Amino acid sequence: MKPRHKRFALIGGALAVLGIAAALVLNAFQSNLVFFFTPTQIAAGEAPKGKTFRIGGLVKDGSLQRQSDGLTVQFVVTDTAKEFTVAYTGILPDLFREGKGVVAQGKLGENGLFTASEVLAKHDENYMPPEAQHAVDEAHKAARTVKQ
Amino acid sequence: MNNRIINWFKFASPQTFYPLAGKMIPWFWALTALFGIAGLYIGFFVAPTDAQQGEGYRIIFIHVPASWMSMFIYLVMAFWAALGLGFNTRLSGMMASALAPTGALMAFLSLWTGALWGKPMWGTWWVWDARLTSELILFFLYIGFIALQSAIDDPRRADKAGAVLALVGVVNIPIIYFSVKWWNTLHQGASVSLTRSPSMAQTMLWGMLLMALAFWMYSIAVSLARVRAIILERERHAGWVADLEEVRS
Repeated sequence: MKPRHKRFALIGGALAVLGIAAALVLNAFQSNLVFFFTPTQIAAGEAPKGKTFRIGGLVKDGSLQRQSDGLTVQFVVTDTAKEFTVAYTGILPDLFREGKGVVAQGKLGENGLFTASEVLAKHDENYMPPEAQHAVDEAHKAARTVKQ
Repeated sequence: MNNRIINWFKFASPQTFYPLAGKMIPWFWALTALFGIAGLYIGFFVAPTDAQQGEGYRIIFIHVPASWMSMFIYLVMAFWAALGLGFNTRLSGMMASALAPTGALMAFLSLWTGALWGKPMWGTWWVWDARLTSELILFFLYIGFIALQSAIDDPRRADKAGAVLALVGVVNIPIIYFSVKWWNTLHQGASVSLTRSPSMAQTMLWGMLLMALAFWMYSIAVSLARVRAIILERERHAGWVADLEEVRS
């Protein structure tokens, strides 16, 4: 074995060890690396109790209610299995829509109401022009009527 | 060595690489301009408005190519660093140090354009989610690499120290790339990936890919120019440098 082969073997070995170490560390910190908890995880008691955390999911269609002051809103966050009601006072981001992704930071009350201090919109990876979006919506509607 | 295969080690000599790089640079600049103009034209005049984000989505024509480049340049840098450690070639270390500032620029652009987009779209400039944090670490790795190399006076020792840092940091690249898959993040998943068809309109995709090509060509051109400067600086006592036309005049 030439010295340079030995050096390459050493570099390869060191990288492999480093990769395994990183994988183990990331695995150990798995729960600290999540940015938000899904409603299912919260229902299963995985979210920290009595502490601030983030809930993430989709805003349930037709669940958004505005109070008369125009700033306080209530909506339901769902992951299609479980759902939680979120109350928030403040300005909602531009991309906040019913049926779209949302991440809210706050506390879960005893009554199951999540009081948020911050609401962020979570955008999906789809980019399409308005006409295409319209066509997709129409197709969804058509599919729904066929089912019914 | 067999004559039929190209002797790659010939190009590992700064003396042969210096004029070769000089000849290639204008071509890469021309391609940068070509792809850049085409990409910006499609991005700003041809590509349609996004249904959700309106005009704000057009940041992707800078943000996505910059993010891709920031990760890819790091891989190339680590590749040269490993070659330098293994073969003990001088040019490898020079290539790694020539790439670092461009990589840092790309990482910064990615973070900065992302923050500008995040404020109106998400409602925040910055969050500590896995994608954003790992990209910030990448930026710090570039800065750390540059700082470490310039802190050591002997260039050969600086190359070695930098190479070790670059190789250790390479662990971060898959973390950045897969962070949106492995963990819940605020950052959306990839719109374009190798494993499935892209989830964006055709013209938007074309604009983005052309801009990505422009960023590639720019990175190559500017790194080659920088490596030429590094070669001149480090080999200033060599005879062939003194014989160069631009040095004599």
